Order: sequence, then structure tokens, then C-alpha cells
Amino acid sequence: MSGNGTGIGASVKRKEDARFLTGRGRYTDDINLPGQLYGYILRSGMAHAKIGAVHTDAAKAAPGVHAVFTGKDMEGVGGIPTGWLIHSKDGSPMVEPAHPALATDKVRYVGDCVAIVVAETAEQARSAANLIDVEREELPAVASIEAAEADGAALVHDEAPGNVCYDWEVGDRAATDAAFDAADHVVSIDVVNNRLIPNAIEPRAAIANFDPATGEYTLYTTSQNPHLVRLLLGAFVLGLPEHKLRIVAPDVGGGFGSKIPHYAEEAILTWTAGQLGRPVKWTCERLDAFKSDTHGRDHISTAKLALDADGHFLGLHVTTRANLGAYLSTFATCVPTYLYGILFAGPYTTPAVYCEVKSFFTNTVPVDALRGAGRPEATYLLERLVDKAAVELGMDRVEIRRKNFIREFPYQTPVALQYDQGDYDATLDLALEAADWAGFEARRAEAAARGKHRGIGISTFLEACGIAPSAVVGSLGARAGLYESGSVRVHPTGSVSVFTGTHSHGQGHETTFAQIVSDMLGVDFDAVDVVHGDSAKIPFGMGTYGSRSLAVGGTAIYLAVEKVIEKGRKIAAHLLEASAEDIEFENGSFTVAGTDRSKTLGEVALTAYVPHNYPEGLEPGLEETAFYDPLNFTFPAGTHIAEVEVDPETGEVELVAVTGADDVGRIINPMIVDGQLHGGLAHGIGQALLEECVYQDDGQLETGSYMNYTMPRAADLPFFNINHNTTLCTHNPLGAKGVGEVGSIGVPPAVINAVIDALRPLGVSDMSMPATSQRVWQAIQRAKG
Amino acid sequence: MNDFTYHAPTSLDDALAALRGAEGGTLIAGGQSLLPIMKLNLAAPTDVVSLAGVAGLDGISDDGDSVTVGAMCTHAQVAGSAAVQGRIPALAAMADGIGDAQVRNAGTIGGSLAHNDPAADYPAACVALGATIVTDRREIASDDYFQGMFMTALEDDEIITAVRFPVPARAAYAKFANPASKYAVAGVMVADGPAGVRVAVTGASGDGVFRMAGMEAALGGSFSAEAVAGIGVSSDGMLSDTAAGAEYRAHLVAVMAKRAVEACG
Repeated sequence: MSGNGTGIGASVKRKEDARFLTGRGRYTDDINLPGQLYGYILRSGMAHAKIGAVHTDAAKAAPGVHAVFTGKDMEGVGGIPTGWLIHSKDGSPMVEPAHPALATDKVRYVGDCVAIVVAETAEQARSAANLIDVEREELPAVASIEAAEADGAALVHDEAPGNVCYDWEVGDRAATDAAFDAADHVVSIDVVNNRLIPNAIEPRAAIANFDPATGEYTLYTTSQNPHLVRLLLGAFVLGLPEHKLRIVAPDVGGGFGSKIPHYAEEAILTWTAGQLGRPVKWTCERLDAFKSDTHGRDHISTAKLALDADGHFLGLHVTTRANLGAYLSTFATCVPTYLYGILFAGPYTTPAVYCEVKSFFTNTVPVDALRGAGRPEATYLLERLVDKAAVELGMDRVEIRRKNFIREFPYQTPVALQYDQGDYDATLDLALEAADWAGFEARRAEAAARGKHRGIGISTFLEACGIAPSAVVGSLGARAGLYESGSVRVHPTGSVSVFTGTHSHGQGHETTFAQIVSDMLGVDFDAVDVVHGDSAKIPFGMGTYGSRSLAVGGTAIYLAVEKVIEKGRKIAAHLLEASAEDIEFENGSFTVAGTDRSKTLGEVALTAYVPHNYPEGLEPGLEETAFYDPLNFTFPAGTHIAEVEVDPETGEVELVAVTGADDVGRIINPMIVDGQLHGGLAHGIGQALLEECVYQDDGQLETGSYMNYTMPRAADLPFFNINHNTTLCTHNPLGAKGVGEVGSIGVPPAVINAVIDALRPLGVSDMSMPATSQRVWQAIQRAKG
Repeated sequence: MNDFTYHAPTSLDDALAALRGAEGGTLIAGGQSLLPIMKLNLAAPTDVVSLAGVAGLDGISDDGDSVTVGAMCTHAQVAGSAAVQGRIPALAAMADGIGDAQVRNAGTIGGSLAHNDPAADYPAACVALGATIVTDRREIASDDYFQGMFMTALEDDEIITAVRFPVPARAAYAKFANPASKYAVAGVMVADGPAGVRVAVTGASGDGVFRMAGMEAALGGSFSAEAVAGIGVSSDGMLSDTAAGAEYRAHLVAVMAKRAVEACG
């Protein structure tokens, strides 16, 4: 683990980049099958309407059209399921309405799937879709949380009174109330966590095929978790046995959570291919992606923090309303609950925490996980509130945090989680030093001389990754396990194929996992290839999300390698006429301890596959599989510091510096880790300063294109000052925690705290995300009175 | 996008003949506005007549008291032209701030002016500098050319061949861009030229480019940022969208005007 060469700790250039950078990547849309047809999904232009007859004759008669299917044709096919059952405070299960793949009685959001047109070309299918006449009766739409909960609001689903899906809680309410009764200070805050549109660079796509000779369906799809899609699509929607349904997620160009869910289009395509006996291909257009990829965030919260006279946190009470959209997407229900409420201890010793979350159906795109998924929402609220408490109590913003840090581990929080390890002072100190926090006032003065208001903001955050263990999440309502699989196949001459149930869509698993295996087995990095994404090749795995791949999937691979070494030890012992207990394995060689007698891994592998001289009773072959179910979440943590300059004339916010000090556990490839941090920071900065999904009251998506939905660009970002202080996770052998979501969780409150710090001299004390120039200018005008 | 017939004439006469012979024809220059709206089926021409191969629409010439830019010059060519940089640096800088590099290398001045997007940059430059739009049949003063959002004085079959910009004593353009689209939310060109001091605004009004008479008068008296600093801009008629409501937009017009004056030096 020296960091040299290609082993653990080395910044090895990514294996996968050779194909990505030379146009040789193989994405779903690159796949073409003989005889394929093209599907076009007709989507609802109304947010809420009853559907009558759908007239398809003209479309069916259009040039090149083979078929048009509507919700009526798909009646009898299962609806799209959701993956997590939440129970309300009163013990009742959440309202779980049917989600037909193609709308039947009603459409419930702009973008809802109404029909599929299948034609010789994509353009023919698209043109023919214009000829479909849908009889509709428009209904009042509820396009926001406020509209959904208003008296007399229209119901998105008749079975959900008040449009409520569930009313959930976590924590001890009575203990929290008591903490507030005993408090010297109570600080309150109202925050909105702005709705985001994920915008992976590769739009969703799928191509489905049915082979009548074998009865096997194959679906190529842009998924972060092909086995999950197979389980949901096969068992719940189409009723297909697993051995007749193959799901392939080839190269995937970004997911950020939006490619976790099992989507209606996947079911429609697969079913349609079966009906027609020909492959059917569909690629989502960008404008359709805006209104059909699951959105993220969308919370309205009010919270209060109880403190003693010295600034110690005594209690935290959070009340949140969350928007789930029109239907329950795969993990929609757990994001604002078990990925949110249980984060409210943060890195602090707050002894009493209570969080209640009421989630609503609205006539908007379904909301699901988006990079961080619940944890950014929790962190934003907590770090905004802590900053506000410091200001109101006249305390230093750093000291109030330091005063409340957890320092003894393991630490049992009042909201279910038990932290195994961490050193929050270390990352705080590192960040303060790297950001020159102490020298800030001079920079503020220098900026003021240029007419700019400069501010600095901080966030000391903690996240929970690698959600597990399966038995616990099952008891909380999860309908899937959350383990991971890994197989290691040592070939007869010593090269290695690794099969993982995780999925890489930008994370560089082919490199990171190869580093682990080559380091452990002492074989060349180039002798190790990683296979993922094809349910016909890999063992059942849960895929990639929640920063789980290294901590959970990497550990499964680690355990499979250990099994390989253990078996190799027996083979080597036989060849070397020694006892297996006396065989040591190092640098790719099995050696009799204390001697120079040894066999290489290649020699042992060849013996395993050509077992002429072989241990009695031992199976031939050298291939092992491990399934790893973690004992606990992992807990990455850190400090992010942002510095901004505000132009008071225009309200423009320039982000001039971002410093991170992160503890992400064991780092396998520092370059990849920093890349993940950079991407997450860009995502978090996008939420803080630029991105905002806006619906009009009638449910039309106002920010439905890049004309007015602002993605972060390189020019919007400073160079990131990234620093690491690593503590190892105690319950997985790699010591890995996770890194993919760190930036999007940690940085938004730091940015907004910096904007408020900059504007505080002008009398501004609050700011919503995104802090657009208009919003900042308006705040300045209001403060002027 | 619907199917259409593509024409690639090499002369203005052939281009006009193709356009007149089509049931629902349109000209295409750089295609940076037309192609996106065709992809969205917001335009579905039967015939597309390309001006790319038509002789005589390119080139930039320094005519002493004016600079003439061929209609098919791309924004990148205008931005990089020694003649424009030397004689009207504000125009070169403005062209360099249009869209992104891809747009600047494909989009043309003629195409932009024929389209007259209310958030395009060129209308402000033309009006402030007092440019003349030269077509296949006549010359049109900028003041007469722009007729409101997406509306111009061009006949249905009229082709812009060049734009002639008088050289000003001083000029500058200040733009506040939409953070998403990068189109102008408020773009103000201030020019002190042969036609006097002009302040032209793009991006802000639903009626397209307009002049700020009060600021022009103030600057005519004293060409200084202080002269315009106190002049408020009414939000009446201002566009309002997610990036900027009418009130904020009006405020930005005032700020950009002041900054353009400052940039004139």
C-alpha cells in the first residue's frame, strides 16, 4: 500500500478511459440488433387529466408504423413497483397507488407515458405519435407541496386523502420536547431544499429483444443496477422467471441516482418486443429527459435547535414536507425518511433528536434518489441551522461546531445510527488551515475596496453510505437486500477476471477493483479485468448508488480473493509437500515458511485446472464468489469551506474558493477519489447557486430545457482545494467508506453560509438555494427596506 | 424534424429562385437558430435554401469611415477580424461574447439579424452604431429594420448581403447573460458615433431592441457614467422569466448601461 505502481493507493490511469476517450465506449444507444424497430413514447402534455378513448388508427396507418400500444393494450401487465414500504407514525402502511406503465384512467404528470408507437425509423415513430388523438378531461393540478396540502386540493390518487403518502417520524419526541423545555436558547429556521433535475450526459435508452426459440427476453438499458431491474421487471411487472430475462447495462454515461429506478419505459419496451417478436429500441430525447427522468430533493422544512447557555446542542426538532411526485419511484419513499431523518445527529453530540416527515403526491415527475439522496437535504438544514445559532448566540461559527463534536467512538446517535469511527477535529483543522480561514478578514477588506462583498462559509458534515445491513433495512421496510457480490476467476495461466454486482457509470470501477485484486494477488494490474453490468455474466448484485461500491462491492471482491488465496494455499502445499498452515502467500507466490521453496499463483492456477498432481478431495478450478452483507453503514465526514464575492449592483455571486478536507476512508486510487470529489462539488455548487426545477401552478414544467435550467459549467467553478485526513472504517477489511456523494452533501450549506456571511453587513440574514443573482439582488433590496 | 428539400445555390439569383419556387421555403445561414426550432417541429419548412455557397456574402472590409461585414461572416470571424478589432473593438468584443465557441463558428451576422431574436446581441450593436442592413435589393437603416420580436423589415424573399457599420469615436457593449442559455438578459451597447450618442438595449424588452432616449440625452451633455447613474429604467414592457423578472431586468439595464459607458473609457 505504498501508493507506487499500480497497487492500492496508486493514482493509476483509468482502464476504461482508453475506450471512452477514443469513441469506443459501447453505450445502450450504440447497440443495434438485426431487424430492430424504433419505439417512441407519447407523453402526456397535461399534468392531470382523465383519459377517455385513445384513437390510434391514423398513427397505425402512418408510413413505417408497425404497432401502437396504449394502456388498454397493457392491461393485465403488472404496475411499476416501489422498493421500500414506509409506515406512518400511527403504524399504518404508506399509501401505495398503482403505477401502470402506460396510463390507463388518468395521466398524472407532464411526461406520463400514454402510448408507444413502433416504426421502422425513430423519426417515423415520432411523427406518427402526433397523429394519436387522446380524449382527455383536464383536472386541476397540484404542482407543489403547498398545492397538494391545501384544503380542497385535487387528489392525484383517489386513495391518498390530502395527497399524503405517509406521515413518518424518527427519534424520541418526548425527550426532544424536554430538551427544549430545558434550553437557554432556541434557534429556528425555515428552509427549502430546491428541486433538481439530474441531467446525466447520456440520456436514458433501452433496446429490448425476445427470442421465441428460447423464450428469453434481453433488455439493454441505462441502469445503475441491472439485477434490481431484472427483479422488479421480471417478478413484479411482466411475470418472467429470472433465467428467461437478461438485463444488460453496458457503458452508462452518468446516473447520479436517476438510473437506479426501474422505469415504465423498460417495461413497455420489453413487453412490446415480446408482442412483436422483434427488437425495439428507444432513446430518450433531452427534452423528454427533463420531464421523465426522476427528479431530486424538493423539501420544505422547519427546524429548531435547543442550546444551553454555553452553546451546547441539547435538542433538534425537524418537521419536513417532501414531494414524491405523481407515482412512487423505486426508492422514492426511503429517500426523505431513512436516508434523511437518521442523519440529523450529524457530527454532533445532540442528545435528543426528533424528525417528522410528511410526504405528498403531486402532479410532477416522480422524485427519487439524486446524488446524496436525503443526506444533502439533512446536511443543508443542519449546517444552516448551526450557522444561524452561532450568529444568534454571538458565537464563532467554528467554535460552536467544535464545541459539539462527537469524539468518542463508537457513538450511538439518538436517531438509529451508530458511528464506528471518525475524527472531525482533524478534518476541521485541516480545512481551516488549507482555506486560510484566519486570514479571511483581510480578503474581505480587499474585496470591499473593489466594491465586492466577500463572505466565507463552512459546513462540517457527516454522511452515511453503503446502506446496510440487509436484515436491518428489511425490518425498516426495504424490499431488497443491500449486500453485494464479487467473483474472482483466476484463469489457468494466472490472469484474472473479476465479476462484480456493482455497476460503473463513471466511477472507474474497472480500475479501482483491478488495483485491489492485483495488489492482493500479486499479479500485474493489466492481468486483471473487471466485468459488470450483465445479469447473464455476474452473480446477483445490487448495483451502484449511495457511495456503496467500494465499501460493499469492493469488500465482496476482497473476500473472494481471500477465498482464492486460501484454496491456492492448499494446492501449493500439495505441490510443495508441506502443510497448508505453513504456506505463506506474498507477491504472487506461495512459499513454505522459512524456506525458498515456492510456487507462483500461475503455477497453482494451472494445477487447479490441470489437476494431475492434486490434493485429494479438493475441487479443481480456482474461482471463488463472496457475498458481503455489511455490519453497518459507513460514515464519511469532513469540512467544506466556501468563499464568495457578491456584486451588490447585480446580485451576482462569484464562487472564488472551495476547500475540502475529507475523510472518505481507505483511498484506493487518489486520482479517481479526487475526481469523484470534484464531480460531487460541482453538483452541490449547482444546487447552491444555479439549479432549480420550477413548475407552473398548472403543472407545466417551466424549466424544461437548458434555456432556463442552469447546469454548472467549468467557468462557474473555482479550482478545488482538496485535502484528505483518513480514518479507516472499522467494520470492513478495506477500511473503505465512500466518496461519490461527498461534494453534493457537504458543500451546499458552505456556499449558502458564505453568501449570507457576505450579505450580513447589508442586513441580509437568509438566503434560499439557488442563490441566483436575482434572488440575491432582491434580498439586498428588501434589506434596504 | 420533418423531411425537406435542401438547396445549395451558388448565386443570389439561384437562391431567390429556389426560395420563390418553394411552397414553404426558408433560408438557412449558420442554422444556429433555425435548426433547433426545426428539431422541435416549431418550424417545418418544405425547402431549405442554404446561403453557404452563395458568392459575395463573405468578407469584412474597412471602408475608412465604416466597416462592412458580409452577411455570411460568422461571429468568430467578426470577433477575430483585424478590421473590426481595429476600427470598432466594441463590435468585435460583442461578437466574441455570443453563445459559445460552436455557435460563434457557425452562426452568422446575417442569420442573426434575419431571425431577430429579442435576446440576440447584434440588434443592440446595429442600432447603437447606426448600422445599415444591405440586402439584395436595397439598404435599410437599423432604426427601420427591427420591427419587434422576431419581426424585421425584410420582405419574405429578401436576402441580407452585408451590414455596414459606421466607425464610432467610442463604443462599448455590456451584457448580463442568462446563466442557463447565455442569451442577453440585458445587453446594452453605448456608442458615440456619427449619428450622435446612442444607447441600445437588447434582451430586456418583449418588443426587441430599443433605445434609451433619456440616457442618450444625458450622455450627449456629459459622456460619463455619472450622467446615466441616476437615470432609472421603467419595468413596463420588460420581459419576465425565471432568470429575471421585469423589475430586476430594468435594474440590470441601468447597470449595464452605466458599465458600458465606463468601458468606453
